[in-house]
Amino acid sequence: MLVINDISKTFNPGTVNEKTAISHLSLHVKKGDFISIIGANGAGKSTLFNAIAGTFITDTGSIVLDGEDITMTSEHVRARKIGRLFQDPLLGTAPDMSIEENLALAAGGGGWLSFLSGKEREGLRERVSVLGMGLEDRMQQPVGLLSGGQRQALTLLMATVNPPKLLLLDEHTAALDPGTAAIVLKLTEEIVSREKLTCLMITHNMQSALDLGNRTLMMNQGSIIYDVSGEERKNTTVDDLLAKFKQRSGEALDNDRMLLRPES
Amino acid sequence: MDTMLPLLQTALELGLMSSLTVLALFLSYSMLNVCDLSTDGCFTLGAAVGAVVAIAGHPFLSLPAAMLAGVLSGFVTALLQTRMGVDSLLAGIIVNTALYSVNIAVMGNSSILNMNKTETVFTKMKELLGGTVFKSQYKLVVIIIAVAAVFVLLRFFLKTRLGLAIRATGNNPAMVRSSSINPAFTTTIGLCVSNSFTALSGCLLAQSQKSVNIDIGTGMVTVALASLLIGRAFVKKRSVSLRMLGAILGAFVFRVVYTVALRLNMPAYMLKLVSSVIVAIAIAGPYIRSQLPLIKRKIAVRRAEKERSL
Repeated sequence: MLVINDISKTFNPGTVNEKTAISHLSLHVKKGDFISIIGANGAGKSTLFNAIAGTFITDTGSIVLDGEDITMTSEHVRARKIGRLFQDPLLGTAPDMSIEENLALAAGGGGWLSFLSGKEREGLRERVSVLGMGLEDRMQQPVGLLSGGQRQALTLLMATVNPPKLLLLDEHTAALDPGTAAIVLKLTEEIVSREKLTCLMITHNMQSALDLGNRTLMMNQGSIIYDVSGEERKNTTVDDLLAKFKQRSGEALDNDRMLLRPES
Repeated sequence: MDTMLPLLQTALELGLMSSLTVLALFLSYSMLNVCDLSTDGCFTLGAAVGAVVAIAGHPFLSLPAAMLAGVLSGFVTALLQTRMGVDSLLAGIIVNTALYSVNIAVMGNSSILNMNKTETVFTKMKELLGGTVFKSQYKLVVIIIAVAAVFVLLRFFLKTRLGLAIRATGNNPAMVRSSSINPAFTTTIGLCVSNSFTALSGCLLAQSQKSVNIDIGTGMVTVALASLLIGRAFVKKRSVSLRMLGAILGAFVFRVVYTVALRLNMPAYMLKLVSSVIVAIAIAGPYIRSQLPLIKRKIAVRRAEKERSL
């Protein structure tokens, strides 16, 4: 499905700010995989997503998605196959435009000079009602009036309205309050399993990294240092992950943003 | 009253004519979030191209010709900022400067063209309305048709998928990209369309006053921005159609205020100063208002300190 072969990215090469964000990283993702990714700040998790989504072109290596080499493809072209959510709920929607207009843009279809038909409107309304947030009655309201959680749920819907080959979730619930985060996470699971999406999710919550999906990657200094799935993953605890991190990276996982324990 | 009515009609004519430029800025400034500083040059370009084509004997062709010239100008501005890494303000300034030479070249190495004996859309309308009750309103009729056409065109354009994408580009370019649309493309289309309106505006003004000189567009961007911001004060954040009507109304109000000021013996050369002050106040006002609590607090703290030291 997604084959990443030996990609590297160095920012500001040849200056004092030179930073190797990704170093010789390879990854094979199977169709239908739901992979959680953990790691300290600056481990290269978001940079990996940027590389996959095409925010920049990698220095070396290749990226093949669904049999198509997208290494040199620009971001908006890759977006046809890749849906993406960011931590900041404001990034995924246009605040001055209505819910309907935002969704219509994401759904695409029709010619450039075509209008939204009544049937399409009804379809979009139905999609929004699935969220269970009452947004279907506010289709003409500007998105800027919605709460962060509602905007993130809408962004999730926009990213999946045309089921993407790959869904990238970059700590998409981290900026929400715990209750809203749980709702958005549940919506995410529902949509991913209903559409049978292949999904990569960065999370700072080690417990949900183990609970969600079928495979967990641990990153450090631009490389994948631990990759666990199947039976081994079922028997892994948060403490095991911490021990693995210490063993593989040679340092303790010290990150005040990381939730080491499940919220009780 | 007898002297005011013709004055008001002139204000309406001039206001509506400039409202086409205001609608152009509504598209580029309010929707696309690009301050297009090539507006002055493009306005003159439209005036010059329209005049040359009209003088050549094609009064009706002059309008689409001027608009096409505007599209080209907008395309160059967009090309500079979307494909060549030139800052959007600088791109506008560069094109504006270049257009000065282009405009003189278009006018045949001259900085002024006279259309006293030229057939224009206005003289054609005058012939058409000769003998009817509207015979002295022929200018107004032409302008109203043009503004109505542009209004309807722009309104429907902004409702299309392309229009939505253009609006989103000004609002959140990242979201446009993730919707598989290239913001460079939407910016280019938006600037081409808006500059075609600006050029049409210049073309109509030149033909209505039967002459064009190289300075006809000078300061137009500020005048139009002032009108746009006046209009915004009327409608606040409402639907796109209402905001467009507000832009047209703003252009008219600006002209009326200006006409009244002229009647009160304000010299005509003050127009540009007044429009600059309006733009500065309209943009700085909300910022200063947001800073007001901070300023108040600073004053209070300073006063408390003074009292303590006494």
